Amino acid sequence: MKTLTGAQIIMAVLKEEGVDTIFGYPGGVVIDIFDELARTDIKHILVRHEQGAAHAADGYARAKGGVGVCLVTSGPGATNTVSGLASAYMDSIPIVVLTGQVPTKLIGNDAFQEVDIVGITRPCTKHNYLVKRTEDLVRVLKEAFHIARSGRPGPVLVDLPKDVTQGKARYDPLPEPRMASYNPTYKPHVRQLQRAIDLIRQAEKPVIFSGGGVILSGATKELTLFARALKAPVTASLMGLGSFPGTDPQWLGMLGMHGTYRANMAIGACDLLIGIGVRFDDRVTGKVEAFAPHAKIIHIDIDPTSISKNIPVTVPIVGDCKTALSQLNRLLKEQKVKFTQKNRKPWFEQIEKWKKTKPLRYDQQDTIKPQYVVEKLYEMTKGKAIITTEVGQNQMWAAQYYHFERPNCFITSGGLGCMGFGLPAAIGAQVACPDRLVVDIAGDGSIQMNIQELATAVQYRLPVKVVILNNRYLGMVRQWQQLFYERRYAATDMQYAPDFSKLAEAYGALGLKATKPEEVVPTLKQGLESPGPAIMDFWVDREECVYPMVPAGAALTEMLLV
Amino acid sequence: MKKHTISLLVDNEPGVLSRVVGLFSGRGFNIESLCVAETLDPSTSRITLVTLGDDAIAEQIKKQLNKLINVIKLYDLTGTEFVNREMALIKVRAQSEHRAEILRIVDIFRCKVVDVGPDHYTIEVTGTADKLAAILGLLKPMGVKEIARTGAIALSREGRHKKSQGGGPNS
Repeated sequence: MKTLTGAQIIMAVLKEEGVDTIFGYPGGVVIDIFDELARTDIKHILVRHEQGAAHAADGYARAKGGVGVCLVTSGPGATNTVSGLASAYMDSIPIVVLTGQVPTKLIGNDAFQEVDIVGITRPCTKHNYLVKRTEDLVRVLKEAFHIARSGRPGPVLVDLPKDVTQGKARYDPLPEPRMASYNPTYKPHVRQLQRAIDLIRQAEKPVIFSGGGVILSGATKELTLFARALKAPVTASLMGLGSFPGTDPQWLGMLGMHGTYRANMAIGACDLLIGIGVRFDDRVTGKVEAFAPHAKIIHIDIDPTSISKNIPVTVPIVGDCKTALSQLNRLLKEQKVKFTQKNRKPWFEQIEKWKKTKPLRYDQQDTIKPQYVVEKLYEMTKGKAIITTEVGQNQMWAAQYYHFERPNCFITSGGLGCMGFGLPAAIGAQVACPDRLVVDIAGDGSIQMNIQELATAVQYRLPVKVVILNNRYLGMVRQWQQLFYERRYAATDMQYAPDFSKLAEAYGALGLKATKPEEVVPTLKQGLESPGPAIMDFWVDREECVYPMVPAGAALTEMLLV
Repeated sequence: MKKHTISLLVDNEPGVLSRVVGLFSGRGFNIESLCVAETLDPSTSRITLVTLGDDAIAEQIKKQLNKLINVIKLYDLTGTEFVNREMALIKVRAQSEHRAEILRIVDIFRCKVVDVGPDHYTIEVTGTADKLAAILGLLKPMGVKEIARTGAIALSREGRHKKSQGGGPNS
């Protein structure tokens, strides 16, 4: 048993938790922590803005499948992480954010760089703490990591007053915490599983709908087995891309507002919908009353609040996706519930018809089409890159034209839709997976929200690639203005932007620019093959829209098509 | 729309009430009334809250409350046998012609006069919301100067609670 300072205790717990990287930014009240951090072998990535630190921790957590950690100072340092926390909260990503705080004696006095960050972040964290005594540090930090990674994962913030990190206390390593008031349900209810099997047995036109929960629980293998057993088509939410192979014959493509025609039509026609690790967000359901109108619904999720929140379900199954799916697979086998290709023939013929009549498509002209850039990127990387995105049209084209084969390869701010996410998330993913190719698919608007992180990439020699689909508009809003506001492009014209290729060079990265279709492939080749970070600026068709599109509030089957 | 009386055992820590209340305001749920105090175990508090909503909303409220890390247990008393009390202090104008009448009402409702002045009585009344409404209805014509009242507090009748349905453990 040793007596350590608070800062030393923090490092000891981080080591216990297996933390190897922290994304951070120093400030007055966290000098003690940074001082100790520098004495450990934990890598510190100095970002250029605290929002970048939070998103980088998010990207790191997703690529690695672990917890991301972020360390910032009090006041503005803490408030700058709020968007990152909110994004991680919506997407259920486990990150632990350590914020400095003014000394306990000064709390409430409007001290310099004081802010009630625990109050501010209460609604956008899974849980948060203000540590008031050095003695509590070990317990609180252990609980923070435990809460972040268990159950439905999420961000946890720990606020650390300066005197708590300077004070001394005995350090005793604690076992994994057991909390009376926090006990997620992993094991699904056997009777509900049986009810699900009974529905599956009768279904003629089933659809499996997979979400981020499948990736978070590491259930992709079980999902594939399940889909094979049912011989059912599979669709996914934006967060679920990669949970099922994107080139599989059973794959329908993404569901929802910019989902494929066949996926949305299949939801309209199916008689059984099996939602796994999803939360039936409004971008997926469209008009709730018209969602899967002929279907019984089975919903598997670890968070009971997700079930019957937006869509009433027939069979609710609260539990871990992986556990639930392996038990369902076992029950199907035991009870000899089998389906043949022949059983499903009419259903797949119908799907094929939808696929043929309205495939994803665009017209190649003499300007660069953004879809073409993503398609070429997919081909040249053989679908093996980790793709992060910004938010808007770039995000949707990435989702539509990059066919994800594996989980943890598509990193996007799904629920919050946080512009500026992609570059710092790519940095986090690159730190987690140094040997992978990491590409941020960006728009010219959102890349400018955290472009300063290019300096971080250059400093740490992180070879992230940024593909900018540059239409000199805030494209997604412009698309809505074109379609629903009679082309009144209020505040969406963004012609005043820097030359991104020159900007990249100013940061010490490689900068490339392409304005013609024939330049796309050579530019991608040069950028992807270069050893360091690179920005590839593609000047694309200014008024290209993302199709299909389900207008807000319309039914999924009421799509606008090209 | 139905009234739901929910009893919560929570960690007795700073910020816990704020998490509960913030959840209601953030998600647009209703709070009709709310009472909080420490239990026999100083590390836990009991929150009794009354909320309004249809069954789906009540279900969602319970699940969301259960999901809060600091909520140890949740009981939905609605539809079960439970004892339910509110308390009010009513300062009523007491002119000489009304003094006897007020005291009769106090007697009938088994209330207490806890403060007397030359032209007022302060009455302490406990009971259900209906009883409080009834006595207020009678006292109003005399002139109620001020009123302070608590929300409902409630306990199940059988010494064991019916566990909330579908509230489920948190995640």
